[in-house]
Amino acid sequence: MSERGTSERIVGTSTPPAVEARGLSRVYGDGPDAVHALREVDLSIGAGEFLAVMGPSGSGKSTLLHLVGGLDRPDTGEVLIEGKALAELDDEALAHLRRRRIGFVLQFFNLFPLLSARENVAFPLLLDSRDDALALADAALERVGLSERAQHRPNQLSGGEQQRVAVARALVSQPAVVLADEPTGSLDSLAGEDVLRLLRAAADDGQAVLLITHDAPAAAYADRVVRLRDGAVVPSADDAASVTG
Amino acid sequence: MSLVAHGLLGLLEGRPKHGYELRRSFDERLAGGRPLRSGQVYSTLGRLERDGRVDEVGGEQGPGPERRLYAITTAGVAELERWLTTPEPPEPYLQSVVFAKVVVALSSGRSAQAVLDAQREQHVAAMRTLTREKEHAELAGVVRADFALLHLDADVRWIDLTLARLARLGKELRP
Repeated sequence: MSERGTSERIVGTSTPPAVEARGLSRVYGDGPDAVHALREVDLSIGAGEFLAVMGPSGSGKSTLLHLVGGLDRPDTGEVLIEGKALAELDDEALAHLRRRRIGFVLQFFNLFPLLSARENVAFPLLLDSRDDALALADAALERVGLSERAQHRPNQLSGGEQQRVAVARALVSQPAVVLADEPTGSLDSLAGEDVLRLLRAAADDGQAVLLITHDAPAAAYADRVVRLRDGAVVPSADDAASVTG
Repeated sequence: MSLVAHGLLGLLEGRPKHGYELRRSFDERLAGGRPLRSGQVYSTLGRLERDGRVDEVGGEQGPGPERRLYAITTAGVAELERWLTTPEPPEPYLQSVVFAKVVVALSSGRSAQAVLDAQREQHVAAMRTLTREKEHAELAGVVRADFALLHLDADVRWIDLTLARLARLGKELRP
């Protein structure tokens, strides 16, 4: 895509983009029944950039998120996080990188029901036995405006508050990239707006943000919007302009 | 030029038609349940003829425009192309224009998908601008921007739904 050339020029060769995907393809099954979930998708997200990926169900959005997040491996192509190729990592190293450099926000919050908000946020750091886990969790909760709810369990919080806890958990390790999969899909408009503003703020603070959504008002928070159709990127008028000069 | 003018050009592209036939086709395919006044059709045809986008061609010339046979000119086809390939400014309530473009594109074998893709991109770009404005606005400004955003979103949803229905719609319009 044309944007990749631009961002590479800006950041130069010394700082790789937070996320770089080249020629990503993923096929489920084989023979005549094979489903081409993703076809030759290129993607680049710089630090501080907020990219939204839109597309109807089955367009490959979730497959793309899984590949970029290292939850699945592509059939062809490669994913680089801060210049590091995920294909070169074994499962343990990949889990390690996921925990430290990638934050996930999912549609249904995925908080541990028996842990407090504070413990949920600290969890990824506790897995790495970090002494400052709880202090960093408190700071992250403050960032999402939930300091007063730190001791509450998920079922004592509204949906919007639970998702803000999930955002705090995604941000607590100061990852290179935050991957958000329909994070407003189960929230009302106002609560959804709070979550999107937090993602916007994360990008403005220097994190790369990849938002998967079918909701145009949510995508409108992004710096760039890419559309997928049948597993491929829909060319935009900007691309056409840059080709024809 | 108006939706009526472009719609008439689209209807004329396949073959020349009489004034009364144009009016009937427009009402059936493009008017969306709001029939044209006959004066509207014929005054628009008159302007299109004056601007060199349609021509009267031979045949049974009657006393009124409804009995005259009209054909699209090269300049008319060029104007139709320009209309189809240029997205509308992203303002709410565009359904009737974009719907007419989709019907004309499908009926003429052009890409309705390209029409909808280009329009969607314009809409989402406008929504991004409004969303950025909201970040710095007082609450009254936010509420006003919400109104515009949600109406644009209704258009985008309609575009997405129509994209999903395009194959079947094409079969219906070009049997």
